[in-house]
Amino acid sequence: MSSQLTAPRLNPEGLLDERAMAPISWRTPIILGVVSIIGLLAFVLFTPPGSISRIVVSNSATTLQIDPLHLPSQGSALFLVVVAFGLTGLAFWATLNRRKLGAIPIVFGIVMLFAFLIWAVAGNTGGLPLPLLLSTTITAAVPLVFGALAGVLCERSGIINIAIEGQLLAGAFLAVVVSSATRNPYLGLIAAPIAGALVGLLLAVFSIKYRVDQIIVGVVLNVLVLGLTNYLFSTVLTQNPQGLNNPPRTPAFAIPLLSEIPVLGPALFNQTVIVYVMYVVVAVLQVMLFRSRWGLRVRAVGEHPKAADTVGIKVNRTRYRNVVLGSAIAGFGGAAFVSAALPFTKEVSAGRGYIALAAMILGRWSPTGALAAALLFGFADSLNRVLGNIGSPVPYELLAMLPYLATIFAVAGLVGRIRPPAAEGKPYP
Amino acid sequence: MSQQPESPRTPEVPETDAEAGGRAQPDTMRPDERWLREWMRGVLTSNWLVTLLAIVAALVISGVLIAIADEDVRDAATYFFARPLDTLAAAWNSVAGAYTSLFRGAVFDFQAPTLARAIRPITETMVAATPLIFAALGLGMGFRSGLFNIGAQGQVLMGAAAATYVGITWSLPVVVHVVLAVIAAMVVGGLWAGIAGFLKARTGASEVIVTIMLNWIAIWLITYLLTTTVLRQGGSRPISPAVGENARLPLMLGDGFRLHWGFLLALAAAALVWWLMERSTIGFKFRAVGANMDAARTAGINVNLIFVFVMVSAGILAGLGGASQILGTDKTLQAGSAGSIGFDAITVALLGRSRPLGTVLAALLFGALRAGSPLMQTVSNTPIDIVLVIQAVIVLFIAAPPLVRSMFFLPSADGRRRVKGVAA
Repeated sequence: MSSQLTAPRLNPEGLLDERAMAPISWRTPIILGVVSIIGLLAFVLFTPPGSISRIVVSNSATTLQIDPLHLPSQGSALFLVVVAFGLTGLAFWATLNRRKLGAIPIVFGIVMLFAFLIWAVAGNTGGLPLPLLLSTTITAAVPLVFGALAGVLCERSGIINIAIEGQLLAGAFLAVVVSSATRNPYLGLIAAPIAGALVGLLLAVFSIKYRVDQIIVGVVLNVLVLGLTNYLFSTVLTQNPQGLNNPPRTPAFAIPLLSEIPVLGPALFNQTVIVYVMYVVVAVLQVMLFRSRWGLRVRAVGEHPKAADTVGIKVNRTRYRNVVLGSAIAGFGGAAFVSAALPFTKEVSAGRGYIALAAMILGRWSPTGALAAALLFGFADSLNRVLGNIGSPVPYELLAMLPYLATIFAVAGLVGRIRPPAAEGKPYP
Repeated sequence: MSQQPESPRTPEVPETDAEAGGRAQPDTMRPDERWLREWMRGVLTSNWLVTLLAIVAALVISGVLIAIADEDVRDAATYFFARPLDTLAAAWNSVAGAYTSLFRGAVFDFQAPTLARAIRPITETMVAATPLIFAALGLGMGFRSGLFNIGAQGQVLMGAAAATYVGITWSLPVVVHVVLAVIAAMVVGGLWAGIAGFLKARTGASEVIVTIMLNWIAIWLITYLLTTTVLRQGGSRPISPAVGENARLPLMLGDGFRLHWGFLLALAAAALVWWLMERSTIGFKFRAVGANMDAARTAGINVNLIFVFVMVSAGILAGLGGASQILGTDKTLQAGSAGSIGFDAITVALLGRSRPLGTVLAALLFGALRAGSPLMQTVSNTPIDIVLVIQAVIVLFIAAPPLVRSMFFLPSADGRRRVKGVAA
């Protein structure tokens, strides 16, 4: 065997051959440019000249009060759109020089969002209540975060969890029943994950032991939980609404100092225990999944179960544990639907489980990514409600579509091809 | 994801195992005895038996739920140890009452004063089954081609909206109007589903996610259009006016029944889908992509184009379902017009194992549950929601034949006996 190693051949200038390089993709800069032009037309030229955008920065709860901002609508929107055009130019330059775009699209999105907000509240006397917007964002995002984390845990181990919706719903149901019966909201929070875990156990048994297609099991489990909770709601809960469907409020408590931060503080640090658990779970899972032996094993099972099995990792046992644990997390998130002393109603989860699934994908199967995506969806939801209250120039229904459209754009390639765990959906062995 | 849903694998059992089991029989039997034995084995290992037993098991489980929720049963259960028969009698009464009224509402009302009233339930079952047949046929095509389309709900709604738009804004002669309305529904439903197929083909975006998102977009879009003059056209509630007389699907059995020609159209569609999938070249390509995408690509099939075709066909069928719901049954459109047709259709397609005949039968079963449940609710106080439980449990059991076989002590599908004494 006489095989010679030769260095790659360079052309006279000492550079790699032009043809060997990947073609430049102009997609992102072009999209940014188009959005900038639309922003210029919509937010600047269609804003009535001379109108003022009022933005309420602090609510009455904090000691440090900041006066509402009064921004000239057209001027501020023009400024932001100019910044957006600058970012577009930067993106063109970066693409031309084959540099990574990095945070440019994200900053661009935030700038355009502010331009949109200023346009949406232009001339509105009440103004945009920023603290309310942020705190409802958190409220709306909590079930999504827990649901998306459940998805991350299951899918990282190779089991597709479409049943997030059912797990949220089951958690909400049991939380209501237990906390109503015991008059103790915290017992409800303990019961909720048990309900989620039971749904997860069914998912695990059917997809691992009976090797049923995981998407089918998930969809059917959603129908099953929906039917069961609806049925029990119409019978048992309706027969005894006082004793079984009258949950106490989960109290919110403020963390000293942190909750005094202007704008963000009340939204982030004056919440129920569910929200604080969410922060902890996201942080713990992020570290555990990517920095611990357990996490490495889980990811190995999800990417290449045969290799994991070869080195002695019990593939199906890992999957059972992850599915049940993840489903318990989703069940806990379901309790957030009813934590504000809300009674259980039919289909209280209203499709949030599917949004959580989308958040997991947008977040690229990582806990922090899922958190960011869920917050984005929560923000869209909350913006929708707030703008609906103060009266917005855009129809409510069209705004409500935005998160779903954003998800489609995201999975279809605005942020590049997203790759799920390789062994996802395949039974082992 | 690309697994065919109707074929849960039963691995680790070599093919020869079944033959060995067969050959192990002593050859001293008389021919007719052997024939009977083979026939018994055929019955015991058939998919049809599993389906039947799954339905039975689902009815039993739901019966337990019905009994638990019944107040008489719970009252009797408080002195269960003193007089256990009381509890059982109360449970039997509540379950039998519920299922009897379900039957009366769905198939044949033997308490009705006239024959027309007595057979009306079965026609109502057909009415409820019609959109399910259409939508589930489309989903079944997708399942067999390896595409998991959850978007029937949105496709049905978009088709319904298109049919409504043509039905309320245009005024055309008798046959032309209804035909155009139906075609509009097919086109819009097909295009709506085609988005998911196109994105899957172009960018590899998961059709599961895209179709779920398209469902929500469709609902909000229709809700929005119902606030505008496009669909509402006067009135203050978000509901469209009734479609014109000429745009309606004609009734089959006269004014006394709601059964319309959409049902026959659905049966025709089932026959067409059967021909398409089993006898045509394009259907062969669909199935090839579903069986093994890589092999299909290697064999020269344009897999990406097939994705688009499958989704568009599924959307056309779902759009037809929406058209039949509006033009045949409802006459007006609201945001909730699609009900849960799209999601029920998923379970129908799974229960029917994605085959046209199975789909029609499954749709009739679920249509019967749907049609019979209102009477069950009024007569026996059992909420409609139990129907969802029955549907879900049936499909769960169908999807896991080994579970059903072990529950009923049947031999497994490969011919090995699980339990001594069965056909041994």
